[in-house]
Amino acid sequence: MDPNPTAPAIEVKHLACGYDESVVLQDVSFTVKPRELLFIIGGSGCGKSTLLRCLIGLLQPIRGDVAYFGQSFTGADSAQRREILKTFGVLYQNNALWSSMTLAENVSLPLEIHTSLSRADREEIVTLKLTEVGLAGSEDLYPSELSGGMKKRAALARALALDPAIVFFDEPSEGLDPITSREMDRLILQVRDVLGTTMVIVSHQLSSIFRLADRVLMFDRTAKGIIAEGKPDELAAHSEDSRVRDFLKRDDGPAPQPNPAEGGSKTHSS
Amino acid sequence: MTTSHPSPVEGSRSKAASAKLEDAPAGGDCVVKVGGDWQLNAAMPSWNSLVAQHAPGNVRVVPDSLGKWDSSLLLFLVHGRKWCLQSKHALNAEALPENLQTLLRQIAEADTSQQKTKPAAKTLAERVQAWTINLGKKVREKVRENVSFLGDCTLGFVRIMRRPHKFRWLDVFVEMQQCWVSSLPIVALVSFLVGVILAFQAAIQLQQYGAAVFVADLVGLSVVREMGPMMAAMIMAGGIGAAFAAQLGNMKVGSEIDALETLGVSTVDFLVLPRLLATTVMMPIMALYANVLGILGGMFVSATMLSIPATAYWVETQNRVGLLDVGSGLIKSFVFGLGIGLAGCLRGMNCEPSATGVGKATTSAVVTGILLIVITDAVFALIFNVLGI
Repeated sequence: MDPNPTAPAIEVKHLACGYDESVVLQDVSFTVKPRELLFIIGGSGCGKSTLLRCLIGLLQPIRGDVAYFGQSFTGADSAQRREILKTFGVLYQNNALWSSMTLAENVSLPLEIHTSLSRADREEIVTLKLTEVGLAGSEDLYPSELSGGMKKRAALARALALDPAIVFFDEPSEGLDPITSREMDRLILQVRDVLGTTMVIVSHQLSSIFRLADRVLMFDRTAKGIIAEGKPDELAAHSEDSRVRDFLKRDDGPAPQPNPAEGGSKTHSS
Repeated sequence: MTTSHPSPVEGSRSKAASAKLEDAPAGGDCVVKVGGDWQLNAAMPSWNSLVAQHAPGNVRVVPDSLGKWDSSLLLFLVHGRKWCLQSKHALNAEALPENLQTLLRQIAEADTSQQKTKPAAKTLAERVQAWTINLGKKVREKVRENVSFLGDCTLGFVRIMRRPHKFRWLDVFVEMQQCWVSSLPIVALVSFLVGVILAFQAAIQLQQYGAAVFVADLVGLSVVREMGPMMAAMIMAGGIGAAFAAQLGNMKVGSEIDALETLGVSTVDFLVLPRLLATTVMMPIMALYANVLGILGGMFVSATMLSIPATAYWVETQNRVGLLDVGSGLIKSFVFGLGIGLAGCLRGMNCEPSATGVGKATTSAVVTGILLIVITDAVFALIFNVLGI
């Protein structure tokens, strides 16, 4: 299959996924445009993480397809799959930094595996990546020597090592204090603006959702799929679904700023 | 930015990255024109090759049909910046896309702050001195950890003696069960084979003098005094000691030990003492079991290869192996059990909270356990020799 540069960054078609006999998501379809910052939100058990596992290839879908830049990921052979895997980076909830390696080695490993750069050039790129995330000079530290916020930054540097077109984040603010969480949000925006990366963020942190999201997709456990999509402030103000309003208007985040003049949101029937 | 970070799947449509150097006009900067698509996994121009024949000077980098780019272009520019800085010249990248300039500024700022905080290079003598001081600190810290752990365990035993009803005896039985069940088959196999090997070795020598029946004496004494307790202890060190270190290490990684401490629960009483008691109690039982299997191994060889009836072998063993011999082996195995439990728990409790830390703790528990077994055995050999046992 030829790649299509004009295709959406991510296209999910009629995706169903789950574990063994239990179907967590059924018939989920959506697209993500290049450079878009999309949030996947919803209560616990709604299938956010399951969807993420399907998108990054850790879980085989029951039905449906995931395509990156027009190229099917689900139906790809191993060579195509290897190429597509270089298209995206992932920042895991628990960071998943390799504890026996220094930060430099953590960031360098993807470059070592996927490029033919010399050792000196890899070291230079590692320095560039750590500088981009504000960890210049921390090359020789081990993950156990870092604070929670620094670990997130280091994990982001590793996710960006191959200059991926897309970065997936699983709960990037989990376990961070509000100030560090805001710094992480600022870093995510900076990376998107400077590098033009498409971002897909799984989170239920309201402050981050309202601060960053171009668009949100809300999932629900009983609906087993998307119940709403649109801009977060518009959904909070105008969604017909009380589950969406309740989720986005709960007390632990800043008050949303609805702007009735703007359109663009819609509510799915569940 | 519309040109950066292509998907690798778009690579087939890209133009090769290019960089051209144009000589400076009189009094002006030389110009480097960068064009095409710059990608990490494709061939890219090298700054050093580009300027190899060129005298250092101010450089202006300008785009020339610049397509998609990634860190490879940034790397090229960083090399350019270093080349310029070395000759105290400037690299002007103002004509490049704004986001690329932002990244270059970040790198320049990081360089400046790192240079400010960079410590002066140390001489060899200073490095050796620092290494020695560091080693001394580590040794002191290790000794403190070990002594403190032994002290905590001793105090824990005192607490059990004073208030036995407060202790979780059920945990001890669970750990005993784990020791017993997991080690039983392998101890049986190894001990039986040790008996077989000893009998074969003894038979070769003793048959020459027509004294084959004394195989029973040799096997019986060797097994009950040394080989039975020793082999059982080695297996327990490899299996149970390592398991203790891995369990406690994983609990440390998962902050479970911290959770116990913040609840005010003594981690030594809750986690260490049940394991120590279990290995200390189970080790003599395992040694006794190993003794029986070892003697049976010798009996098997004697009956099948040396034509010595099993009853004759048994009578000879009974005549030669006394309770004192069996007791000396069991006393040793009691201390072996304590050592194995201590090694496993000590390494587990002092484990670094990482996957590598758990691995190191497990290996260290086995090595320490075996070392303790051998040292204890040597000390007991000396004591028994002095006492004439």
